[in-house]
Amino acid sequence: MKIPIGMEDGQDNLIAQKVKGAYPDCFIGATLFRGDLSIHIEKSAILPICRFLHDDPEIDFDYLIHITSVDNPSVAARFEVVYELFSIRKKHQVRMKARLSESDCEIDSVTSIWKGAEFLEREVYDMMGIRFHGHPNLKRILLPDEYCEGYPLRKDFPVEGRGWRDTFAFLDT
Amino acid sequence: MGLTGQFEANYITLTVDNAVNWARKGSLWPLTFGLACCAIEMMAAVASRYDIDRFGAGIFRGSPRQSDLMIVAGTVCRRMAPVIRTVYDQMPEPKYVISMGSCATSGNIYNSYAVVQGVDRFVPVDIYVPGCPPTPEALLEGVLRLQDQIMTRKVFVKE
Repeated sequence: MKIPIGMEDGQDNLIAQKVKGAYPDCFIGATLFRGDLSIHIEKSAILPICRFLHDDPEIDFDYLIHITSVDNPSVAARFEVVYELFSIRKKHQVRMKARLSESDCEIDSVTSIWKGAEFLEREVYDMMGIRFHGHPNLKRILLPDEYCEGYPLRKDFPVEGRGWRDTFAFLDT
Repeated sequence: MGLTGQFEANYITLTVDNAVNWARKGSLWPLTFGLACCAIEMMAAVASRYDIDRFGAGIFRGSPRQSDLMIVAGTVCRRMAPVIRTVYDQMPEPKYVISMGSCATSGNIYNSYAVVQGVDRFVPVDIYVPGCPPTPEALLEGVLRLQDQIMTRKVFVKE
């Protein structure tokens, strides 16, 4: 993969090497930004790779810090799901990135590995509309369940919304 | 009134409006409705240095049924709107609303899908206190202006 300006290649990193060794087909690349390692992978392998990172005693990512998502409409696979992992025992950290296209914005849920992913994935679903396959309770978390204007953090969503903030149906009752 | 000086000592003459309004303005029990950073300034206004109690508005209640004044202090998200309206509806008459700070008044910089552009879109507001956040003095000024406004009202006539 092409290394973006301002970043370095992180392929020599031990964790990146291990992921590459275990899943060579699904490993796209690794970047370093000011010492922070990001590993780019194919979305189809997110679950086995996360399981590997969690179970391997040398890597031992027992703590999922955060899941978030990025929208870049100029790229064909416009969405990117970002996983921030940390090892409490080994004290190292990594960022996993998987790209998704709009037509197929579904990715496997990692709730079977880290229970804490449940709310984080719900937030990504709520804001960006990415579906998590195998999530036990995938519904909106910040916006109300009946919200029907779309996914507010997508770049094609108007900043002012689509009228929800100005309609007060409860005033009529 | 033409009655002044016609009685012995210990009588005063005034209108019913005056008497009732004076009583109302002197014991405004505010409802705690802090939503964001404005609430910190509201708390400062209650504490000893500024002491909102000097104007009779110091007894902050946790229940809308015991309060006359709702101070909406902070950014109002759309999801909070039905809650604010319900709490407002639960307050007994007469009731007053102070919109504290730019967020509650107009949404401030938060021109976003989830932020209501002014709390006056779903509850009637009596006093707008500008500022981001307003200083405790500004809130006290708002309370004083509200008291002035209360004194001008008619008590037994529907306005």
